[in-house]
Parts: sequence; structure tokens; C-alpha cells
Amino acid sequence: MATSLAPHRPGPPAAPSHGRTGALTARHARLRRRLADNALAYGFMAAGIVCFAVFSWYPLVRGIMLSFQQDNLITAPQWVGLDNYHHLFDDPLFWTAWKNTAEFTGLALLLGYAVPFVIAVLLNELRHFTAYFRIAVYLPVMLPPIVSVMLWQFFYDPGGGLFNTALRGAHLPTSQWIQSPDTAMISLVLVSTWANMGGATLMYLAALQAIPGELFEAAELDGAGLWARLRYVTLPQMRFIMLVLLLLQIISTMQVFIEPFQLTGFTDPSTITVMTLIYRYAFAVNNDFGLAASMSVLLFAVLGVFAALYLRLTRETD
Amino acid sequence: MTGFPAGSRARIALAVTAAAGLTLALSGCGSSSGSSTSSDGVVTITVNDMPAKTDPVNRKIFLEDVSAFEKLHPKIKVVPHEGQMDPQTFSTKLAGGQLENAFYVYYTDPAGLIAKHQAADITPYLSQFPAASQVKPQLRKVFQDAKGHTYGLPEGNYSMGLVYNRTLFQQAGLDPDKPPTTWDEVRADAKKIVALGHGTVGYGDYSKSNTGGWHFTAEMYSRGGDVAKQQSDGTWKADFDNATGKAVLQQLHDMRWTDNSMGERQLLEWADLLQMMGAGKLGMYLATSDNIPSIVAQYKGDPKEYGQGPIPGGQGTLAGGGGFMFNPKDTPEQIKAAMAWVMFKYENPDRIALGSQRASAAKQPVGLPEPNLWTGAAAQAKAAADAKYANVPVSNYAPFQQTIAGIPLVLEPPKAQQIYAVLDTAMATVLTRKDADIDSLLSDASKQVDSLLAAQ
Repeated sequence: MATSLAPHRPGPPAAPSHGRTGALTARHARLRRRLADNALAYGFMAAGIVCFAVFSWYPLVRGIMLSFQQDNLITAPQWVGLDNYHHLFDDPLFWTAWKNTAEFTGLALLLGYAVPFVIAVLLNELRHFTAYFRIAVYLPVMLPPIVSVMLWQFFYDPGGGLFNTALRGAHLPTSQWIQSPDTAMISLVLVSTWANMGGATLMYLAALQAIPGELFEAAELDGAGLWARLRYVTLPQMRFIMLVLLLLQIISTMQVFIEPFQLTGFTDPSTITVMTLIYRYAFAVNNDFGLAASMSVLLFAVLGVFAALYLRLTRETD
Repeated sequence: MTGFPAGSRARIALAVTAAAGLTLALSGCGSSSGSSTSSDGVVTITVNDMPAKTDPVNRKIFLEDVSAFEKLHPKIKVVPHEGQMDPQTFSTKLAGGQLENAFYVYYTDPAGLIAKHQAADITPYLSQFPAASQVKPQLRKVFQDAKGHTYGLPEGNYSMGLVYNRTLFQQAGLDPDKPPTTWDEVRADAKKIVALGHGTVGYGDYSKSNTGGWHFTAEMYSRGGDVAKQQSDGTWKADFDNATGKAVLQQLHDMRWTDNSMGERQLLEWADLLQMMGAGKLGMYLATSDNIPSIVAQYKGDPKEYGQGPIPGGQGTLAGGGGFMFNPKDTPEQIKAAMAWVMFKYENPDRIALGSQRASAAKQPVGLPEPNLWTGAAAQAKAAADAKYANVPVSNYAPFQQTIAGIPLVLEPPKAQQIYAVLDTAMATVLTRKDADIDSLLSDASKQVDSLLAAQ
């Protein structure tokens, strides 16, 4: 490391280092030493900062600027103030998209939050074939999202699809699945839950296995049954990870795109979401990137609220 | 351990910021088109429309044409790119400087590109290519602005008709040589075809990825209607929230829900109906004749099974197609070189017979019923070549061929792809919702189309 090891040149005798000047010199020396000691760390950090600046912060700032512009990315952009936002609030699809996104997020939380937890508890209780079941649960996460969505497209086909064929075989009434506005949303949530629950399950499982065994033993000695153990040991111990997953799930499900885009398109009012509406504004119908950016800014603001909420909650628990 | 280690909050906050930031990553970074070069006087041009590797026969023909052209023009080098035009990525490609020197566009796009100065004015160079004047004036007009300046060269055109399965017609007791010519007959015939059972669909229609709106438009034209009408002040307004629009949607709704003749599977897009036709499960659908070779080649259909009739209703038929426009950043040398390529490959009266002969030898369809690109002597040369090298069951398409001249060809509306995207909703709703409110669907779509047409 290049520390300042150069020999001291003789110079005029230094003034007595009293007070302010002396303290400053000492501080500079300390700072220089600290910089030198951590040069490697700063180098690594710089690389990270550059990456974030280029790939995250620049698009973010550019996106916010774009939301106040009319821009087709070809001719020079024009500042339009809040026009894009006014246009959004006047568009009936804007409210439909938010309503659908909220519905999707709600349903996805209901299923995607509870199902992995139950599966993790079950996996934790397993004594045989544990590796097999863990892989089986995680397998869908490894499929490229478009592949899993297209797989489900085949399952949902109301004519010769897997689900309706099975229902017909069992002499049960069939469903229109993604094609009927009554069932489309829950059908999309099922795909999303199936595709993403592996990750959450493994996180729950890791947290479950980290709970000290003596806590359960003590609870059992006190006469706690299964529900009491779940209520007083497992859930409190898992609280932190459950909060984290809740936040992460809200953030990811609010950005749902590929399931509605591939299965029902960007024109179906019963399943259009915020992200598919952004796509519709930018690429499909309006070709208006400013409008799309303003919708993105609103989504960003909503997600920011959840992030702030999370920080607040975790600060209180620390 | 009960969760993430201490200090992870900042990391999570950062991850949240990054995740949310992705939703904002719509900003485009422009870069200039990097294809010119003329060190030793050689002009290099990029062009698209090269067939993909999955279509080796046509790719080989294309590359042979590139070699032949370069031999003829030693000072021009052609760099071909695969594919044509994806309306959804076109504007970003253009903005990003990724667009070829000569690029394929559908007839739906030139007007918008001309208005935004996104295509080069080729008027000064047209006199060097006299064959261009033999192309039908109606098609040349698609690439012209109000002042008569020209911005592109047509490549081909099509008109819609009714593609049908002759075997299913026969099985259903219908005459395969007499396809339906009215929408009432389509409905009646579809009922007979669906009665065959085994998952057979009488009539199929699209409702996704802009294809639903495209068929809605074709069906409006067939009933003498329109989707957009130019006003006296030159602006455009939606023109489908009326009795004709209602008739189109009502017929589809009734066939889907009252007759059950359209199958349960909806939200179909381009390839779905071709696939169903190839599998012998579909009776009829609206299509252009060039669907038939795709059904045969890609979906293993039997060419003898398919016939084509006129568009039901017969009051007008949607005429579409495409051509080539030129990058506005091109130098005059590049424009001239790119025009020479397009003229050589696509608008070449001297190579009509060669093209048919070669296609026939490569077992590509020759003699499909399509409206002619040409007028005058070139038109006659095309008809003669088609007759000489025809390798498709021409008699199956006679009902369509006989009516081509009598049904007016109607071009697509301005901002067609965007209008189609809006109209997809109406199509999807009547086909997936028994209680669809047709009046409000039409009025909602009409308002959206008006706002699209009003926007610059």
C-alpha cells in the first residue's frame, strides 16, 4: 500500500504546534492513514457505487425526469409539467390497473405468504426423503418464468388443457380459468404462487431450523401442545423473517408482469395490472414513454411507502 | 438465528430501491446508427427481412439474391438482418440507432413515420428507378405524404378472405366449392361444423396481441363500415360505435355463447388459428391466402384440404401488406444503394418469372390468389408466371379469385396497430364474457381511439 513513507525534508523549524493547527495536522494524518489503510476497500466500494449509479440511480433519476416530459425517444423531449399525471388520473384504465394490482397482491399474499409457511413447517417435520421434497419445492423457481407461465397456459386451456381434462374425467364442472373475468385473477395468482413459493419456503425452513431446540423442549415441559408451540415459540421466533418476506412479497407482487402479459395480454381490463399498463402506455397503444414513466414513478412512490413502513417496524423491534 | 443478521436493513433498503428502480428503467440511451463506410468507394448497407434459420429454403433464396445483387453492384455491400418489423419494439429500435438502412414496415406505419420525420425522403432518387412507376398507384400512395413526396417502396399486398377446411365442409354436409358469402351463412355453416364433435370449432377469431382489433377492422370493412374516418378538417375520428360495429360484435357473441360454434378456447393470437387449421380442428377463419403455405409447412396441414372464399359480406376487404422505408440518417449514397437493393429484390419486373420458377423448384407455393403489386406489362408477366409455375391447388381458391376484382380493397386506418390494440379488448370481452355489454365496449373503445387519433 502506498503510505507516505517519503523521508522528511529538512525545512524551517516548525512553529510550536499549539491549539488548532496542531489538531488539524493530527486529523489530516489520521485521515490519510485511514484512507491508506482502507484503499482496497474503497476500491471495491467504488466499483459497486459506479454499478449502482449507472444501472440503478441514473435510470431512476432519468425515469423521474421522463415523467414530466413528452418523449417518444426519437424527437427532442418536451417538458409538459404535470400533464402526464393529469392524463393518468383521467384514464379509467389507471384505476382499474391499481384495483387489479391490489387484488393480485392481496390474493398473492394470502396464498404466497401462507402456503410456503405451511410447506416449510411440514418439511421441517419430515424425517425421510427430505432432500427430494426440498428440491421438488424449489424446482419451479429454477424454471425461467416464461417457461412456467407457458406451462400453465397449457394447463388452463379450457378446451384440451390439463385441468379441464382432469375435471371432465372426474365428471366435475370445468372452468374457463384465465378466460373468464370471474376466475382470471385467481388463476394468475396460482401461477405466480406456484412459481415463486420455493424461495420463500426455503427461507422459512432455514429460520425454523435455526430456532433453538431447547425452546420447544421447555415449552413441552410446560405442557404446551402443537398449537401453543406454534403460537408462543415458532411464530415469535419467525417474526423478523416473516416481516422481511411480507415486504419483499408486496414489492414483487405489485410489480407482477409476466403472468398477466403472457396469459391475458395488456388489453384485458379484468387483469390489466400497473406493470402491464406501463407496457401498454410505452410500447403497445400510446407509444408515450413520458406517460409510462409517470406511472412508474407512482408505483415507485407506493413501493417506497412500504419500504419506509418496513424500516419503521424493524426499528421498533430492535 | 431468527432472521437476517443485524445491519441488513440498509442492504434491504438498497435492494428495495434497486427493485423499484427497475420499474423506472424506461429511459432510453440513444446511439447513432453505425453503418456507412466508403473507404474505397464501397457503400455498405444494412437491410432486414432475411428469413430465419428455421426457414432454410427462403433464407437460401434470400442469400443467393444478396450475392447476385452484389455481383451486379460491386460497389455496394449488403449486410442482411433477420426478421421484419415488430411494432412494439420499432420505436425503441429507431431511437437506439439500431434500425437498418432499409427496413420493412407494414402499410399501417408509413403515415406515422413520415409525420415524425422518421423515414428518408426518396423522391429525388426515384427517377433512377423507372420500374417503381409500374407498381399500383394506390400502393405507392401509402408511402407518400400530402405534398406527393415519396418515402418508401411497396413490397407486396394482400387482401382478406375466408380460409376454410374443405374436408370438414364435406363431413358437415356443406359444399366445399361454395363457401359462405354472407355472415348469416358463416353462422349457419359454423353450427353444422361444430356439430361434428371431437373438439371441432366452426369459426375461429382472434382477440389478443393486436390481431383481435385487426380482424374487427376487417369485419367492419366487410359490412361496409369503417373504424376511423377522416373529417373535413383533415383530422381523424373513430367510426365504429354504430350499428355496424354492434353487428360485428353481436354476431361473434352469439356464435360464441348461443351457438357454441367458436370453441371454448379464446384469447387467441396469430399462430393459434393456423395451428388449429393444421390440426384439422377448425372450419373457417378470416385470413389471407399466404396463411395456407404456413399451415402446411409449420403445422403439417394437407394443402389439398384448404380452400379460400371471398370475405363474407363482400362490401369491402381489408388490404394490407408492406414495403421498405429508409433510415432518415442515411447518406444519399446509402439511400440510393438501399433503394437499388429493394428494387432488385422486391420490385423487379425482369425477375418475376425467375422468382416463380425458383420458388416452384424449391417447393414454395406459387399461384396463391393475391392482389397483384403491378400494373401494365409487369402485371401480365406476373399472371403468366403464376399460371406457368403454379403448384398449389388453384381451383380450391377459385371462389376467392373470382371475387377479388369485385370487392373494394380498403387500406388500414392511421395508427392502425394502436387502434387494433384498443379493439382487442372489445373482441376479447365478447368472446370471454357472456354478459358483455357491447354498447359500452364500443363507446369505451371509441373514446380511446379518438384520443389516440387526436394525439400527435
